Amino acid sequence: MCALCGVILNEHWAEQDGGRRARMLRVALLDRVLGHFGLSLTDWAGGLYVLRDRKGTSAVVRDLGSVWSEAERLLGRKLDPLDAGLVAELSR
Amino acid sequence: MKTPVVLVTGFLGSGKTTLISRLLEHPDMGETAVIVNELGEIGIDHHLLRRIDERTVLLSSGCVCCVLRGDLADELRDLLDRRDAKDVPPFQRVIVETTGVADPVPIVMTLLSDPLVRHHYELESVVATVDGVHGLRGPESLKQVAVADRLVITKADVATPAGRAGLEEQLARLNPTAHVRAAAFGEVAPDWLFDGAVRDPRDLELGRDHGRREHDHDVRSCVLFLEEVDWTAFGLWLTMLLQARGQDILRVKGLLNVGGDGPVLVSCVQHAVHPPLHLDEWPDEDRRSRLVFIGRGVVAEELEASLRAFDRAARR
Repeated sequence: MCALCGVILNEHWAEQDGGRRARMLRVALLDRVLGHFGLSLTDWAGGLYVLRDRKGTSAVVRDLGSVWSEAERLLGRKLDPLDAGLVAELSR
Repeated sequence: MKTPVVLVTGFLGSGKTTLISRLLEHPDMGETAVIVNELGEIGIDHHLLRRIDERTVLLSSGCVCCVLRGDLADELRDLLDRRDAKDVPPFQRVIVETTGVADPVPIVMTLLSDPLVRHHYELESVVATVDGVHGLRGPESLKQVAVADRLVITKADVATPAGRAGLEEQLARLNPTAHVRAAAFGEVAPDWLFDGAVRDPRDLELGRDHGRREHDHDVRSCVLFLEEVDWTAFGLWLTMLLQARGQDILRVKGLLNVGGDGPVLVSCVQHAVHPPLHLDEWPDEDRRSRLVFIGRGVVAEELEASLRAFDRAARR
């Protein structure tokens, strides 16, 4: 299983456990992380994600692995979790 | 029950074929199918294996990693068909021997991602041979060592004690999660290489002194020790990290305390992620999460600060 496409039996390895509560937490945390880079993310019907940039471009993505590659495509650059600004923002 | 697959990698001339040949002669080995690929000197390898084991399947051309990933999956599927049809003996294990210059990662990825292969086979371990006389040679050799679960230092009969000690130290720095053993003439007990435990959590009983480890070619290992980690935050963090730096992170392996009775075992080989395994209990009294990273430019402090920030954010 690839971490990026990341699918086993149509379910991403990092999205297998936790049910609805974990899903809500994941969406909130993704939105916060992506917000640092000027993007936003919302849940769509409990199974997909909608990613938007500030220009109104949106993309529907199906799992956590695809979120990062799609965000990278929208921004035209990599989103690094070790980014000092992001770490400081999340620590506040 | 899934058939275990062992991937044997190692640089050109480091003793892969000798190791496999001796293993196949061992009475405890049972029925084993061997898949090798033909490139360069492999003609000789092929004959060596052929003399010992007629069940060898020889891929027809090219490098098993880059060109023949599909062929590897095809060969594994074909082996299943032939076993079911009783055309081949009922093998209980498959050994895949890579070429000496091969990158083992695409093979690992094939084994973990092809739906049919994944359903019938289980990657048991990655074994890398290291030349006891010449040591590590170049980036391919380093990568093979970095992704291995077990390392066999070959040519122990001719290596000097000082040279061997230096190599053992170097390997322990580069890949602290791997078991290391020296062998002369490929003599290794099968139960050491194939102990049946898939990614044994005891692999991670690391000493407390593991910290940042410098290494040649800028490949280094580091170990993080943390308390309980939020699983949702960890999954999000790791996928983001591998997307951003997956080419540089060769290996991630660890036990995570996610608040359950036992830890979650995490193992990645570059982008290839083993399905996380929820264990019933801890291997020892230490309940801390412990994560080993092997790669280029991995810095423990940066990784830890980032993971802790994601974890904190998830708990608010």
